Amino acid sequence: MFKKILIANRGEIACRVIKTARRMGIATVAIHSDADRNALHVAMADEAVHIGPSPASESYIVIDKVMDAIRQTGAEAVHPGYGFLSENKLFAEALEKEGVAFIGPPAKAIEAMGDKITSKKIAAEAGVSTVPGYMGLIADADEAVKIAGEIGYPVMIKASAGGGGKGMRIAWNEREARDGFQSSKNEAKSSFGDDRIFIEKFVTQPRHIEIQVLADQHGTCLYLGERECSIQRRNQKVIEEAPSPFLDEATRKAMGEQACALAEAVGYTSAGTVEFIVDGDRNFYFLEMNTRLQVEHPVTELITGVDLVEQMIHVAAGEKLPMAQKDVTLTGWAMESRLYAEDPYRNFLPSIGRLTRYRPPQEIAAGPLATAGKWHEADAPDGETAVRNDTGVFEGGEISMYYDPMIAKLCTWGEDRATAIEAMRVALDGFEVEGIGHNLPFLSAVMDHPKFAAGDMTTAFIAEEYPDGFQGATLPQDELMRIAAAAAAMHRVAEIRRTRISGRLGNHERRVGRDWVVTLAEETVALTIDADREGADVTLPDGVVLRVESDWRPGQPLARLSVGGAPLVMKVGKIPAGFRLRTRGADLKVRIRAPRAAELAARMPQKEPPDTSKLLLCPMPGLIVKIDVAEGDAVEEGQALCTVEAMKMENILRAERKGTVATIKASPGDSLAVDDVIMEFE
Amino acid sequence: MKDILQALEAQREEARLGGGAKRIEAQHSKGKLTARERIELLLDEGSFEEYDMFVTHRCTDFGMEESKPRGDGVVTGWGTINGRMVYVFSQDFTVLGGSVSETHAAKICKIMDMALQNGAPVIGINDSGGARIQEGVSSLAAYGEIFERNIVASGVVPQISMIMGPCAGGAVYSPAMTDFIFMVQDSSYMFVTGPDVVKTVTNEIVTAEELGGASTHTKKSSVADAAFENDVEALSEIRRLFDFLPLSNRDKAPVRPFFDDPDRLEPSLDTLVPDNPNTPYDMKELILKVADEGDFYELQADFARNIITGFIRIEGQTVGVVANQPMVLAGVLDIDSSRKAARFVRFCDAFEIPILTFVDVPGFLPGTAQEYGGVIKHGAKLLFAYGEATVPKVTVITRKAYGGAYVVMSSKHLGGDVNYAWPTAEVAVMGAKGAVEILYRSELGDPEKIAARTKGYEDAFANPFVAAERGFIDEVIQPRSTRRRVARAFAMLRRKRIERPWKKHDNIPL
Repeated sequence: MFKKILIANRGEIACRVIKTARRMGIATVAIHSDADRNALHVAMADEAVHIGPSPASESYIVIDKVMDAIRQTGAEAVHPGYGFLSENKLFAEALEKEGVAFIGPPAKAIEAMGDKITSKKIAAEAGVSTVPGYMGLIADADEAVKIAGEIGYPVMIKASAGGGGKGMRIAWNEREARDGFQSSKNEAKSSFGDDRIFIEKFVTQPRHIEIQVLADQHGTCLYLGERECSIQRRNQKVIEEAPSPFLDEATRKAMGEQACALAEAVGYTSAGTVEFIVDGDRNFYFLEMNTRLQVEHPVTELITGVDLVEQMIHVAAGEKLPMAQKDVTLTGWAMESRLYAEDPYRNFLPSIGRLTRYRPPQEIAAGPLATAGKWHEADAPDGETAVRNDTGVFEGGEISMYYDPMIAKLCTWGEDRATAIEAMRVALDGFEVEGIGHNLPFLSAVMDHPKFAAGDMTTAFIAEEYPDGFQGATLPQDELMRIAAAAAAMHRVAEIRRTRISGRLGNHERRVGRDWVVTLAEETVALTIDADREGADVTLPDGVVLRVESDWRPGQPLARLSVGGAPLVMKVGKIPAGFRLRTRGADLKVRIRAPRAAELAARMPQKEPPDTSKLLLCPMPGLIVKIDVAEGDAVEEGQALCTVEAMKMENILRAERKGTVATIKASPGDSLAVDDVIMEFE
Repeated sequence: MKDILQALEAQREEARLGGGAKRIEAQHSKGKLTARERIELLLDEGSFEEYDMFVTHRCTDFGMEESKPRGDGVVTGWGTINGRMVYVFSQDFTVLGGSVSETHAAKICKIMDMALQNGAPVIGINDSGGARIQEGVSSLAAYGEIFERNIVASGVVPQISMIMGPCAGGAVYSPAMTDFIFMVQDSSYMFVTGPDVVKTVTNEIVTAEELGGASTHTKKSSVADAAFENDVEALSEIRRLFDFLPLSNRDKAPVRPFFDDPDRLEPSLDTLVPDNPNTPYDMKELILKVADEGDFYELQADFARNIITGFIRIEGQTVGVVANQPMVLAGVLDIDSSRKAARFVRFCDAFEIPILTFVDVPGFLPGTAQEYGGVIKHGAKLLFAYGEATVPKVTVITRKAYGGAYVVMSSKHLGGDVNYAWPTAEVAVMGAKGAVEILYRSELGDPEKIAARTKGYEDAFANPFVAAERGFIDEVIQPRSTRRRVARAFAMLRRKRIERPWKKHDNIPL
C-alpha cells in the first residue's frame, strides 16, 4: 500500500479523500493556490504545497506544477478528485511516465470515454442501449422524415453546431418532422453558419439515473446500484439520491450489467459512473461515462457500505476488490443536498464573501457505512438515521469567485426514502450559514415538495415547478400555527428576561401577560400562553392547544423545539418586536405583540417596499470601479452595466432584462453597501 | 358621593379624548398614533400615572377663552419600562396642534423637575405645531423654561426625544439638547425654518421631507440618531434602547440576566483581518461576536459610517462601543466621524457606561475640505472626549493604528485602562509606504531599494510588539479570545475610580 498520496484537488473532495487516507494510515499531501492558502484541505493534510496563483488555470490544472509537487513530496500516488485534472489523459500519462500511481482509470479509458461521439459508438458496440438516432448528414426533408420514422416519434431535430435551444425542434409526427427539419436548418444556418442537422429520439419525461461501477485490475467489475440525479438546475445537479425511486429490480440489473459491459469494453479500472437518461416507460439510454469519482458518490457509499475512495486506492495499488457482485447490497435510502454559495432570492447568482457563520448539523453515523466501520468522521455519534456533511469550508473562511460555488454536500440516510427525506429536512433546518447567499432555503423547499416526496420528477422538475425562480417556500397553515406558537413562547421567555433588569422600582415590576398576538406571513393569530417549568401550552384561536418545549434561550441563533409533539428547528434572528425565523425554506418576519400593541400596530400604514425591478442594486458591499453605460443608453439583457470590486475581486453586474438607463446614482470610486442603488431604468 | 366620583370619571374621559374623535381620526389617517396611544406602547401596561390632566391655558386673546381643552395639548406623567422608572411627556397634536403654551410648558417642566429630583430618565414625544402664537412672548418664555431644564438635566438623567410629527422653529432646540433624537420615517420632520421661509429667503425649493425628514437627519445632518418605520416600531425600539441606559448619573449601567458564555471563543475571528493589509473587512462582525447574544444597538448607523457607535452588553452589563469601520473610507477619522464618536463617548462617560474601542484606523483624512472644515478642532473633540472619560476604557487594536489617530482612539496615553492588540496590529507613526518615502527620499528613484526599505520597515514596525515593548499595549491577544479578554478586563475594572482636579467645567473644543 502507498505510504503517501497527493490530492490534486481542493475543497470538500480533497478533504473527503484525506479522511479516508488518514483512516487507512496513508500520509496526505495537499496542493493549493494563493486563494486557498488558509483553506480547510490545506489545514487537514499532513503536508501542503503551494502551486501558484488563484485561478485554477494557473494552479490546479497545470500538470507541470502538480508534477513538481509530487516530486517535491515523494507522493506515490495521486487522487485527482473530480473536475480539474481528473479526466485529463495527459495528466494520467504524465503520472505513468513518472511511475506514480493514478488513483483513477487508465489513460486509455479516459480518452475513449472523453469524446461524446466515440463513447457512444463504443457503448453501442458493447451492447449498451443508446439514444436511437442518425448521426450522419441529412440531405433533405424527405430523408429526415424517413429517418424519423425509423427512430420512432417523438424525435428531436438538432443542429450539429447548436446550443441554447437554437436550431432545435421536437417533432411528434411526419408533418412536424418535415417542417422542423426545414426551420432547424434555416435557423442553424443563420445562427451558426453551419446547417448540418441530425436527428435523435426525443426522450419524454426524462430522468437522470446513473450507475456506479467499480473495477479492479484483475478482471472484476461491479455495479453498486444507481443514483438518481434528476433534480437539476440548468444541468447543475442539486439533489441526488440512491437508490432511485423509479427503478425496478429488472431495470436496475439491466442497467448495471450494461454499465459493466461498457467498463470492461474500455478496460476500465477504479470507480466510474455511467450516466443514463431514463424515460417514463423505464427505457434507458446511455448518455456518457464519467471516468472519475462522482460528486454525488456519498449516497452510494451510504447504502452500500463501501468507501469508494478506499476502494479506488486499493485498486490503484493493484489489489483485488474484496467483494463480488453478489455481495453488493443496497440497504435503506440516502439523500444528498448540494449546498451552493448561490443566492436563490437573486436568481441563484453566485455569492462570494466571508462565511461569518458556518455550523453544519451534527454528523450521525448510521446505516451500512457505519456498520462497515467506514464512517469518515471518527467522532460522529451513532444514531438511527445518518447525517453526513462533506465540506471544504469553515466558519471564518472565504468563498472566492475562483472555484466551484458548491461548498458542502449534506447527506442523510434512513431505512426508507421518507425517513431519509425527513432527516434531511431537519438537518437543513439546523444548518447555519451566514455571510453569503446560499441555497439552503431552496433545498428545504424541494424536500417539502409533494411531487418530490412522491418521487415524481424529471430533469425538468426545477424549471417546471419554479418557473419564476424561487421566492421562499410557502408553508401550510398548520406549520404556520406551530411556528406562531413557538415564536410566542420564545418571545415570552425573552420578555420575562427583560423584566429582570437591575434598577427596577421595587414592588412595581412589570408582569408579562398571557395573551399575545402573532403576525406572520400575513396571518394574525391571537394566542394564550400557559407556561410551566418545562414549557408552555399555547392555545390557538380554534381552541387547539400546542405544547411548546425547548431549551432555547434569548440570543441563540438556532432554536430546537418540540411543538405539538413534533420537532421544529428554526434559525432565529432578532427584529423589532419579534423574530426573523427561517425554517423549511421559508423566511418569516414574525411579530409578537400584546393585544393592545397589536391593535395599534394594525393601524400603521402599509409601506410598500420600493419596486426594485427598475433598479440596479449593489449585490455586495464594494467599490464601484467602472460604469459601462451612460444615462439614456439602451441595454440588452446580459450587457455589462458596471463593475463592483469587493474583497479584491471585480464583479461585473449585468442587465437582467432589456431596458433603458434612466439615471445613474453612483460613480467610480463610490463605496456602496448592499442594496444601494447604482442605477435606475426607465 | 357617587355623583362626585362619576363626575371625576366623566371629566377624565373628556380629557382623554383630547381634541375629539374627529381629530383623532385625522391623526390616525396620517399613520400616526395619538399622544396617549404612544404612551401606552412606550410604557409597561398599566404603569402610566398621569399628572396635570386638568390643566388648561389661561390665554384670553384671539378668542382663546372660548376653548380650554383639558391637558392643554400635552400628556405628562411617569411610568415604567420593564419595571424601571421613566418620566414621559407626549404632545397631543389633536389639541390645538400640540402647540406650546405657558401651561403646556409648565407641565413638561414639572415632570422634568421630578425626573431630576428622583433620578430617572425623561422621554419626550414631540408632535407639535410649534409655539402657541396666541400667547405671544409667553410661549417663547415657555420654551426657554424647557430649554433651561434640558440643560440642567443634561448629564444627570438621560433625555430621549422622539420626533413623531412636526417639530419646527424654536421647538427643535429642546430635542437638540437631549441625548438622543429618534424620528419616524415619512411622518416626522425637524427644521429651524420651514420650506416656505427657505424659499422666500434663499430661493431654494425644497419639500419638508427633503429639508428635515428622517432620511435627511439620519444620513446628512446627523441630527437624528436613528429613524424607524412607524410609530409602533419606534416605541418598541425605544424600549429596547432604554434597557441599555442607566436611570441617572448616580446609577451604574443596568445589568440583566444573560445567556452567553463570557468565555466563548470565536475561532473565526482569527481570519477576520485579511492577509492583504489594504483589503477591507466588516468591523461589525467583531462587535457582534464579542457582544452578549450578538445584540448591538447601533446609533447614527447611516452617518459617518467610517466609525461605528452603539451599545452592547458584556456579562449582562451595558458597554458603549466605538469602532473604526474599514469597510468605509478605510475607517479613516474625519470631521464627521470624530464628532459622531466624541458625542457618544461623552454620553457614556457622563452615565458611567464603560467604553470598548476597536481600532483599525489609517489616520486622519487629508484634504482641503477637511482642513477648511476645521478637522483640527473636530478631531480634537474625540481626543478630548476619550481623554476626559473616567469610565472603564478597554481598547483592542485589530490592524492599523497609525499616527495621531492611534493616540486619539482610546490609547494608553489617554488613560486607556486595558489596551489589547491582535497579532495583526500595526502600531506605527504611519504606513510603511509613507514612512519610507519620507525617510529615504534620496532613494525614491530606485524601486528596488525602496521595496527593500519598505519591507524592512514593515518587518520592524508593522506589528504590535514595538508598542508592547514599551507597555503601550498591555497584551497581544488571540483574536478568537477577544470576548473573554474584554469581559475579564471590564470585570477587573468594575470598581475603577478616578479623581480629577476640581473645575467648573472643561472647555472642550466645540
